[in-house]
Amino acid sequence: MTSALGEPNAIAITFFLVFILLSLGITVWASRKTRTAEHFYAAGRSVTALQNGLALAGDYMSAASFLGIAGLVATSGFDGLIYSIGWLVGWPIVMFLIAEPLRNLGRYTFADVLAARLRQTPIRIAASIGALAVIAFYLIAQMVGAGNLIRLLFGLPYEAAVVIVGGVMLAYVLFGGMIATTWVQIVKAVMLLGGATLLALLVLGRFGFNPLALFARASEMYGAGVLSPGRLVTDPIDAVSLGLALMLGTAGLPHILMRFYTVPDARTARTSVGYATAFIGFFYLLTFVLGFGAMVIIGRDAITGIDAGGNMAAPLLAEGVGGTPFLGFISAVAFATILAVVAGLTLSGAATLSHDLWVNVVRGAKADQREQLLVARAATVLLAIVSIVLGIAFKGQNVAYMVGLAFAIAASANFPALVLSIFWKRLTTAGAQSSMIIGTVAALSLIYLSPTIQIDILHNSSAWFPLRNPGIVSIPLSFVVAIVVSLLRPVSSEAQRFTELERQLHLGIEIVDEPAVQ
Amino acid sequence: MRHESADHALAALKAVSAARWRIALSLTIAMMVVYFGFVLLVAFNKPLLGAMVTRGLSLGMLLGALVILVAWVLTWAYVRWANTHYDVSLQNLRERR
Repeated sequence: MTSALGEPNAIAITFFLVFILLSLGITVWASRKTRTAEHFYAAGRSVTALQNGLALAGDYMSAASFLGIAGLVATSGFDGLIYSIGWLVGWPIVMFLIAEPLRNLGRYTFADVLAARLRQTPIRIAASIGALAVIAFYLIAQMVGAGNLIRLLFGLPYEAAVVIVGGVMLAYVLFGGMIATTWVQIVKAVMLLGGATLLALLVLGRFGFNPLALFARASEMYGAGVLSPGRLVTDPIDAVSLGLALMLGTAGLPHILMRFYTVPDARTARTSVGYATAFIGFFYLLTFVLGFGAMVIIGRDAITGIDAGGNMAAPLLAEGVGGTPFLGFISAVAFATILAVVAGLTLSGAATLSHDLWVNVVRGAKADQREQLLVARAATVLLAIVSIVLGIAFKGQNVAYMVGLAFAIAASANFPALVLSIFWKRLTTAGAQSSMIIGTVAALSLIYLSPTIQIDILHNSSAWFPLRNPGIVSIPLSFVVAIVVSLLRPVSSEAQRFTELERQLHLGIEIVDEPAVQ
Repeated sequence: MRHESADHALAALKAVSAARWRIALSLTIAMMVVYFGFVLLVAFNKPLLGAMVTRGLSLGMLLGALVILVAWVLTWAYVRWANTHYDVSLQNLRERR
């Protein structure tokens, strides 16, 4: 089968330009409303539950989950579904343990929650290390993905694609802050959910709207093995380790956590997680149909012939069932997906650099609105430049492990300290600080020593650490360090502060906005 | 008198807090048991998950879809509990002060 994929496609470019114009229009509108740090970081806390639910889904459903999982299911069947499921189960945890206390205790970043009861300077520095490490690896993966995808989808050179993504994302965040970023996420989430639903319906239409008929056809063509667990999960310990990182990492992603500050109160935060879980679960159920649909309608060889990783399964499927116009639409959706995720990551990185490090550590919380906004925007420009440079520097490298690494660091560095600061009275500054630093270092070094880097990338014959996913070691280690250090040197004033904050944890406080800069 | 009411308010807060964490932890543990149960079955009993429930549907795919369903149901159960019980207790706490 011949494909229009990779050739400049007028319909794809039109859809894409419409999305860019629409999102830049949103940015212009949002920039007029962005007058304070409250607007820049938290969209003035005026986002509704449904809007935030969609925006959370938009932030979370990256190109890896749309193109990557569809491709994985198309090439390896059931095994790909293990990822679909793992990527959803973190959301109930976010709901039960994190969302409401986070909204009630913090202002802009998850480090606010820790700083509310522990010593500002050391805790913000440690939290920033974890946050920036997660953001950096996630950003590199997205930028490299963007360069490769756009080359495959539109035939644009890799470097041009990276610069376009970096530049457009910079415009959103720099001028429109969280208001623009939220609306870009919403538009993207609606496009992605709508596009994937339509694609699934077109596929199912060929099988009498019976998914089982589709799966049965797949097993007739490729053997019953495609419907059962295969080679992907061979080591049980590694499987649990990956599961832990996917589940707990979701609850430690800075750009996801930041979204809970955009809603007016904890009740809205709660409802928004409900919507997000529904949308994301629905989307991952669709990947069952998209993956097997591509396997049957396009064929495995045709998919891996265009991209060995299978990433083009969903776009090829769109072309197969809906022709070139639908290929154009799905390509534009994939591009929009990357842009929106990159914008969310950059905004949370800018909040860490400016709110946590500059305003609270360097300036001792004595920065006025004008300075806060200026520094936040300078940090945004810096991050955009860094992500473009890293995107180009990592051209042609295998960065698939980086999303997993970001989740492992989020689960090992951010999640334990965050959850203990919400639950455990006796947590001390030193305990939380060492947990976050050791969690980051352990996740990073164990990945470096794992077969993923040592064998797949450096082509050594063996790896010192046997597992591909460090979570099962680094997450418990981080919890143990926090608990042991806190118990060895108890700080009664910090335990007292926890008791004082307990009312705020449940009831929240009324946040008084500072007057806008004219 | 004043001390007494402050003590009552604190006791009420402690009770709300304990109830909230009891529900949150039970639901967290339920989610982890279901998910890691699935992962361990994938790791240890591949033939079982490969068994066909009906034409085109293996037990593994059915259970996988059920894990997503369980995540939905538990999330819905929490929202329902929080809207009908937790929020009411919080409103009582607010009025006490």
